[in-house]
Amino acid sequence: MPRAEERFKQNIMDRVTDEAQLRELARQVRLDIVEMLYRAGSGHLGGSLSAADILVALFFGKMRLQAGDPHWPERDLFVLSKGHAAPAYYAILARLGYFPREELFTLRKFGSILQGHPDASATHGVEVSTGSLGQGLSVANGLALALRLNQSQRRVYVLLGDGEIQEGQIWEAAMTGAHYGLDHLTAIVDRNRLQIDGRTREVMSVEPLAQKWEAFGWHTVQVNGHSFPELMGALAAGDLIKGRPKAIVAHTIKGKGVSIFEDQAKYHGVAPTAEEYQQALKELQAA
Amino acid sequence: MKLPAKQSTRVEYGKVLAALGQENPDIVVLDADLSGSTQTHLFAQAFQDRFFNMGVAEQDLMGTAAGLALGGKIPFASTFAIFATGRAWEQIRQTICYGNLNVKIVASHGGVTVGEDGGSHQAVEDLALMRILPNLVVLVPADGPETRAMVRWALSYQGPVYIRTSRIAFPIIHEDNHRFEMGRGEILREGEDVTLVGIGLMVHHCLEAARLLEAEGVSARVLNLSCLKPLDWELVVDSARETGALVSAEEHLVTGGLGSAVSEVLTEFYPAPLKRVGLKDIFGTSGKSDFLLKHFGLMPDDIKEAALAAIAHKGKS
Repeated sequence: MPRAEERFKQNIMDRVTDEAQLRELARQVRLDIVEMLYRAGSGHLGGSLSAADILVALFFGKMRLQAGDPHWPERDLFVLSKGHAAPAYYAILARLGYFPREELFTLRKFGSILQGHPDASATHGVEVSTGSLGQGLSVANGLALALRLNQSQRRVYVLLGDGEIQEGQIWEAAMTGAHYGLDHLTAIVDRNRLQIDGRTREVMSVEPLAQKWEAFGWHTVQVNGHSFPELMGALAAGDLIKGRPKAIVAHTIKGKGVSIFEDQAKYHGVAPTAEEYQQALKELQAA
Repeated sequence: MKLPAKQSTRVEYGKVLAALGQENPDIVVLDADLSGSTQTHLFAQAFQDRFFNMGVAEQDLMGTAAGLALGGKIPFASTFAIFATGRAWEQIRQTICYGNLNVKIVASHGGVTVGEDGGSHQAVEDLALMRILPNLVVLVPADGPETRAMVRWALSYQGPVYIRTSRIAFPIIHEDNHRFEMGRGEILREGEDVTLVGIGLMVHHCLEAARLLEAEGVSARVLNLSCLKPLDWELVVDSARETGALVSAEEHLVTGGLGSAVSEVLTEFYPAPLKRVGLKDIFGTSGKSDFLLKHFGLMPDDIKEAALAAIAHKGKS
């Protein structure tokens, strides 16, 4: 076996496959999100909480990573195209040991390594600077093309918002991913059905969503984005699909995990009040 | 061997890129369905697996190039200047420049010499759009040898670069083995009464204008400021001090490009009369390239008149 392949199989962080463990990680990530936003006084709550389970499944259950080493050359790559979910992303990167957990509570402050939206130059573990919506899928395609040129087996994952996909560039990139048969690429849509101004079906309908990806040439599945067995199953099954990029439409609830935030557009881009913060802690600690 | 009198900067780009593809296996090239025009088709023919046609999708072109750069490749992304800088400005801003990624954008069909395709296809604002972006180096070669030198330099430089090329062929100024240096302007002709500052095709027109002025007893210095950003501001200040008046000449709006850049330097460091030759708050239009250069006042005669006007302003500003 060639040395590169040997190395590829070594040094991989132990993946978490136990559902209860994944749930517990997600609960801690949600606690961090609430704490970070409360201390920052601003940030995007709803979309961070809706994406928390997806990100936990990916980072702890699927991706090849080396805990403590964000530059490990054989790591899988991730692009947070819906950059406003940065708090969830940062909470996970801290848990991977890419930077000290205390940094989480400097979010959005002047001089912090944790910018309001992901900044690769500021934060260890952030691969791509994002924030302006619609651009991450193109970058993920480019990464997948570069890896293919290098005959690498590393995989690329990208998380999209369901409001974000109203951007035309997403569909340019959807064509590109299929045209070049990027089978090491998986796009996950956080389908929480809400955007800043309200319900996606009222602001700008994105349905039929799964059919759109399928029609663009992507192998597409739909899952409950809060079910670890479903998320893990879809991610594992995707590895077997050759010649096409994969799309996972993950049905989620915006603000998931805290009853008062759930399924409400108004919690898209605000921090919790003191009262809401206490309520959220109570619910998440009891969960 | 006698060199050809004229070269097109886009054609020289295509040739040098194909040659560099042989030397450097990390070069990848992307185009948006204009590879025949931008001349990336030469690379595409030679290195099929390292060429990516993105179709008519400039935003995706820039994003994909960014991803390839992050993946360790050295992407050259090409399309027409208006689509690269206009359609995909925010992708260049957010993903390439904000991320400080090693993407080389080489955009063809800058200026009105695009000709018959008309105003929709003539980029007269691309330099303004690119010059304001942090981290980005902005270059406009004055001829074929400088194009080749710039592309070679860009390959060796780590960071985003924008290079504007032109559709038509125009006279060669530099030696075949010319070398490019970032942030340095060139004195192509010495003079005492006025300084003519050009970029691209207009450098040649500045040299022609200097000859016309000489016939009238006026001594003109000529500068090639092909590195528009970072600008060689010291050379501009020295020239203002030494000649007392300046003319900028560009195949671009006088706002936002070379004229603005020179004006900013003079205003801040050494106020001196400046006349700007270029398009004045107007879009291009269909016509033959040569005719359009006359129509928009971009000929050596126009530069000469501007120089005389600038000289007349000495001591009055």
